[in-house]
Amino acid sequence: MTAPLEAAEPAAAQAAGPADDHRPARRGLLRYALTKAGGALLSIAMVIVATFFLFRLLPGDPVRNLAQGRNMTPDQLDLERRRLGLDKPLVDQFFDFVGQTLRLDLGTSYEYKRPVLELIGERLGPTLLLAGVGLVIAVSLGLWQGTRAGWRPGSRFDRFSTATSLLLWSVPTFWLGLLLLMVFGAWLKIFPSRGIESVDAPDGFGYVLDVAWHMVLPCLTLVGVVYAQYLLVMRSSLLDEVGQDYINVARAKGLRDDDLRRRHAVPNALLPTVTLVFMRIGFVVGGAVTVETVFSWPGLGKLFYDAISVPDFTLMQGTFMLITVAVIIMNTLADVVYHVLDPRVRSA
Amino acid sequence: MSLLELDDVSVTYRVAEGEVPAVRGVSLTLDSGAALGVAGESGSGKSTLAMALLRLLPRDARIGGRILLDGEDVLTMRWGRLRAVRWAGASIVFQGAQHGLNPVQRIGDQVAEPLLVHGLAKPGQAGERVAELLSQVGLPAWRARSYPHELSGGQRQRVMIAMALACSPRLIIADEPTTALDVMVQAQVLTLIKDLVAEHGISLIMISHDLSVLADVCDRLAVMYAGRVVEHGPSREVFHDPKHPYSQALAAAFPTVGDPASRLAPRGLGGDPPDPMDLPAGCSFHPRCPVALEECATLDAELWPAGDRRAAACVHVREHGRVQEDA
Amino acid sequence: MSAITRTRRRQALGRFWDGFRSQRGGMAGLIVLGVAVTLAVVAPLFIDEGVTSVVQNTGPAFDPPSLAYPFGTDESGRSILLMVWWGARTSLLIGFLAALVSVGIGTVFGIAAGHFRGWIGALLMRVTDWFLVLPSLVTALVLAAILGGSTFTIIMAIGVTSWPSTARLIRAQTLAVEARPYIERSKALGGGHWHITTRHVLPNVAPLLLASTTLEVASAIVTESTLAFLGVSANKTSWGTMLRGSYDWNAASAGAWWYILIPGLCILAVVMAFTLCGRALETVLNPRLRGAKA
Repeated sequence: MTAPLEAAEPAAAQAAGPADDHRPARRGLLRYALTKAGGALLSIAMVIVATFFLFRLLPGDPVRNLAQGRNMTPDQLDLERRRLGLDKPLVDQFFDFVGQTLRLDLGTSYEYKRPVLELIGERLGPTLLLAGVGLVIAVSLGLWQGTRAGWRPGSRFDRFSTATSLLLWSVPTFWLGLLLLMVFGAWLKIFPSRGIESVDAPDGFGYVLDVAWHMVLPCLTLVGVVYAQYLLVMRSSLLDEVGQDYINVARAKGLRDDDLRRRHAVPNALLPTVTLVFMRIGFVVGGAVTVETVFSWPGLGKLFYDAISVPDFTLMQGTFMLITVAVIIMNTLADVVYHVLDPRVRSA
Repeated sequence: MSLLELDDVSVTYRVAEGEVPAVRGVSLTLDSGAALGVAGESGSGKSTLAMALLRLLPRDARIGGRILLDGEDVLTMRWGRLRAVRWAGASIVFQGAQHGLNPVQRIGDQVAEPLLVHGLAKPGQAGERVAELLSQVGLPAWRARSYPHELSGGQRQRVMIAMALACSPRLIIADEPTTALDVMVQAQVLTLIKDLVAEHGISLIMISHDLSVLADVCDRLAVMYAGRVVEHGPSREVFHDPKHPYSQALAAAFPTVGDPASRLAPRGLGGDPPDPMDLPAGCSFHPRCPVALEECATLDAELWPAGDRRAAACVHVREHGRVQEDA
Repeated sequence: MSAITRTRRRQALGRFWDGFRSQRGGMAGLIVLGVAVTLAVVAPLFIDEGVTSVVQNTGPAFDPPSLAYPFGTDESGRSILLMVWWGARTSLLIGFLAALVSVGIGTVFGIAAGHFRGWIGALLMRVTDWFLVLPSLVTALVLAAILGGSTFTIIMAIGVTSWPSTARLIRAQTLAVEARPYIERSKALGGGHWHITTRHVLPNVAPLLLASTTLEVASAIVTESTLAFLGVSANKTSWGTMLRGSYDWNAASAGAWWYILIPGLCILAVVMAFTLCGRALETVLNPRLRGAKA
């Protein structure tokens, strides 16, 4: 039996026994999460400040800009100005705004004459449903297909997958929606072309089916464009991993191809892929806005679009802030989760 | 019967520009319990040869000849049989342990993996064997829960060795096992390999560009150049009295510490190893050879006997035959 | 520039062109682009703004493709063919200019963030990361809605929301370049910030910029058409506006498939062409990727 040769190794590595192996790591994780949370709060603060200046300080008279296309008398413009508090000194406006926002008082919608927060609450559900289901499908399909394509690069499956992904990625979301609407909604009349429910929708399980039926086309559109990105990213991640030495070592151990892929290549390729998926959540949000508009799906995206088309100054401001803050939070979560999953980063 | 017999093995890669002959007609034998060293520069085909032994080369590589492991031809084995032989019959300690370990898997799981694959242990029960293997290479048992990045280069190489021993193979192929390591760690790892091989009676093929290391660890030595074996024989003899001009240059490249004459002696070889797609006619070494004759440009150099169980592929050896007694 | 540098640059260009030529996707994209740009440029010789005029065009509404109107007509009887031809100028121009703005801002931020260490570099990175997190379409929509949808505003809105990804790329490349020994030597010889960034970093980063810009144009065209479709663009001629028209006037239920298909195909063709070219450029300029991209 060879004597332990660790005398030559750094003493620290030898001192850390099994008992205190993981506690510093967990403390490090907490510290990392707190740092990231702090960063997120800072970003959110920057969003609030930026929103304020965006809506008030940009060139031109904001009221006149937003009133374009509508004929308003100078008196009406003044009234609007006072209603929006634009006649007060800027500093006052700023603190009013920050205070209100932190109290979650996002003002009253010009178009709907109701509190913005209330409107957002109503529309949140449909968006979460559509985007949630869409993301789950897009991620699963994209990652699975990307893995298969990347495992056998140059194969017919791979070339087909890559070609269709590039095609889907180049398609504007709204156009894909229009096409689906035209073919399945107007021509074949299989799926409804607008809304979340039929006028005469049944109750209970029938209602669920009705909503699901309405969701098919918008969901398909959202998935179509988003999943192509995931596929391409997973594919290239996997190709990077396959070139690594440890794959060859595992193959030399006598592993089957499938096991090699499942146990070694994919877990390693998954880490950077998942991070990228979450980093691009802003893209999904944009897609949701477009899709909801095309299919008149009564969600946050459609609300945002309505705010822009009217234009409804207060509603636009409120929904913009909410959407942006949500994206920041999701990004931060993704960062922390990645940190938990990757052992290399965990103990750093 | 010898454990491993290579019979006229050749490896050719198919690339867009044509064919690349990485290994050309290599024949070697390895007896059970013996250690064979394969030396050569990069591009000589030694690593390709090692990979070929277990058919680990990429798909576009064509392997010719026969590779008999315990009498069975690896090249004609069915897929299932090959996977069974991999690691359990012969295992590999790879070059550059920096990336040879899966970064997101614990060490213990990776060492246990071949045991599970070959049915030598049930999941959850491999812990004991893993601890045993780790202690054989001088690592404490709790290291099984570590991740690769928590270990130093030397420790990682030792994990690779422990992994190679897992299924108690009859043959271990060590491909440049100490190249990326510090000199001190190199010495430790080499000692470890020597002891383990002696203790378990495992046959060893060690590949390196460092002749002195091979002379120390192995019984026999084969020198490769441009895909061919140009000399082979007992390692001490080949190292101290090389017959082929290339082996002579290789041996001379390492100075003898403490010998003033060796410090001043001319060393190194001019030129570069030949491009495998554009090999010189005749003896592939002749453009760089200090003692080349006219016929070397056309003569196909074979391995001519150069002594007791020695051979070298040089015209001069053919002329002089047996080893000349030297001072 | 000395004769040696000139020859070497020409040789490098020749090698680059050979490499690019072997990329089938890239060549296909280049040809499509050539056709598109040529058509856009020569358009005024054949048609003018009048093709979008509702008054001047008196063709039948929603007329299917025929000899007279090869791509059919829209709800006001305007020829779709002539409108997409004229619209190509808008879409390509806005896309190209927006990409320039985006890459321009991104390069400045990227090089600065990579070059300046300490708190300046950290601050720049922080700002870049913040912009990166902002949902680009949503922000662009807000900008366009507030500033009015003029062509200039649209270009700025797209440019200002899409520069962060380029910035990150350029920053990584800048760090890599500045780690090279000759930069150290340049600094030791007294090379200032401006000198190092323009004479050393920029030329090394340039190939990457070319590929980035090409891909950015693709993305900008998609964004522009989306903004137009969502009604925040004041532009009357772009492909996105046409599709907006098809939506507003219910082309789907009226069965006017050409109205939906044709402008969209134009967008698709041009965007794919830019994307293929960009990917081909990336592959040629980074040999490591050669096997990876199918």
